Amino acid sequence: MSWNWDHVWDSLPFLLEGFVQVTLLVTVVSSAIAAVLGLLIAIARRTAPAPIAALLTFVVNFIRMTPIVVQLVFAYFAFLALDALTVGILVFGVHYATYMAEVYRAGIDSVPKGQWEATTALSMSRSRTWRAVIMPQAIRATLPALGNYVISMFKDTPFLIAITVADMVSNALEYGGDHFRYVEVIVLAGVLFLIASYPTSLAIRKLEERIAFTT
Amino acid sequence: MPSPHDLDPSTPAIRFEGVEKRFGDNVVLQGLDFEVARGDRVTLIGPSGSGKTTILRLVMTLEEANEGYIFIDGEPLTHTREGGKRVALKERHRNEMRKRIGMVFQQFNLFPNMTVMENLIEAPVHVLGLSKADAVERGRELLARVGLVGKEDAHPSSLSGGQQQRVAIARALAMDPEILLLDEVTSALDPEIVGEVLEILRDVARTTDITMLIVTHEMHFARDVSNRVMMFDGGRVIEQGDPETIFTAPTQERTKSFLSAVLGA
Ligand SMILES: Nc1ncnc2c1ncn2[C@@H]1O[C@H](COP(=O)(O)OP(=O)(O)O)[C@@H](O)[C@H]1O
Ligand SMILES: [Mg+2]
Repeated sequence: MSWNWDHVWDSLPFLLEGFVQVTLLVTVVSSAIAAVLGLLIAIARRTAPAPIAALLTFVVNFIRMTPIVVQLVFAYFAFLALDALTVGILVFGVHYATYMAEVYRAGIDSVPKGQWEATTALSMSRSRTWRAVIMPQAIRATLPALGNYVISMFKDTPFLIAITVADMVSNALEYGGDHFRYVEVIVLAGVLFLIASYPTSLAIRKLEERIAFTT
Repeated sequence: MPSPHDLDPSTPAIRFEGVEKRFGDNVVLQGLDFEVARGDRVTLIGPSGSGKTTILRLVMTLEEANEGYIFIDGEPLTHTREGGKRVALKERHRNEMRKRIGMVFQQFNLFPNMTVMENLIEAPVHVLGLSKADAVERGRELLARVGLVGKEDAHPSSLSGGQQQRVAIARALAMDPEILLLDEVTSALDPEIVGEVLEILRDVARTTDITMLIVTHEMHFARDVSNRVMMFDGGRVIEQGDPETIFTAPTQERTKSFLSAVLGA
């Protein structure tokens, strides 16, 4: 079987459509949701009254221990009023928030006790302590792991087909099925993933360097 | 709330009344009573584990006593007596009380994510409500005082231990505290730079009327700056007096043996 460039050029617009309208969109929006919600969960688990913190821990573990496909399908049928793409974005956001919350927790725990004590000795408010002292140091320790989850979410987007949302890979499979020809489109989808993930990981590295605490 | 400057000058800056502190089964302080008058410089000495750090941490509200009361300028710090009962005071009250107290730690505890100047102005701006310009101006004065002009934009990690501790002293002073707590502030430093840090503290002692509670193993320093020395052992003050008397003519056996051990005599 020989490589046929015609299939590459022919399928490219269709794949790019799936890439931009689903893969990229879901990754960007859901990452933002996960990053913010994960942080709120991590802080709440440390500061909320014990029963609420325990309930939160239970919910977080429950979400982490069920596959994302199951959550997608469940949410799709539970929230019929929402369109499938919105459900997908929310489920990805919440699912990854539970993972990111763990990363933040580890980052928060890595801030030395002396830092908290210094904020007390300076009479700093709780909110200012979190914002100005704890989070900047915690995030610095967590950025590589958060970045890995973004890339992992990116690679999970094909699961969205379970709720009829076709990402780039689903489009590639559809094209392959229609033309009885899978090699070019699948390789193309892989290359497009690589082209997008590589700069993302470089951008994360750059960001890490920028927030390192040196002059 | 009365300003501390309206207070009867005889009201002690710090008063411990029957303070008990336990960590699990370990009773560290028991029935502890003592007072520190305003403007006093008191050095706590005693063997390792005798509870000196714990006393400072209780005053800074980093620890909470299990029994008894602590008063700052005559006002209860964390607990008060109400109808014969010991009642915990609200966080808001504690935070107001804290503003009068500053602490310098053995490990400096500067904020590594901020520059030197940002460390100095963080609390003055966000706690005391100073304008940024005023806080920076005051930060510059303090940097000059601790001999670190030109280090405004440096990050703590680029400074030596002695320089970091000088920044930490400036940061505590930037809050204009009435009471300054110093917990073995030179113990983490190389011997050759201990002197530069102590010199700054001597200067602070000479030029301000801040009440100081000091834990140190530097007996010369204790002698120079303090007007009273309290010897701790077994969770109690076993002997106290002016430094001259304590260092040259202690009456308690345990003080004698402790001093001969630390002075290497
Ligand atoms: N956070 C803590 N948890 C348990 N025990 C503690 C804690 N802090 C201090 N201690 C114990 O309290 C005692 C007094 O400690 P400390 O005040 O640090 O003494 P010093 O400063 O005089 O060396 C020691 O026995 C120490 O082990
Ligand atoms: Mg100690």
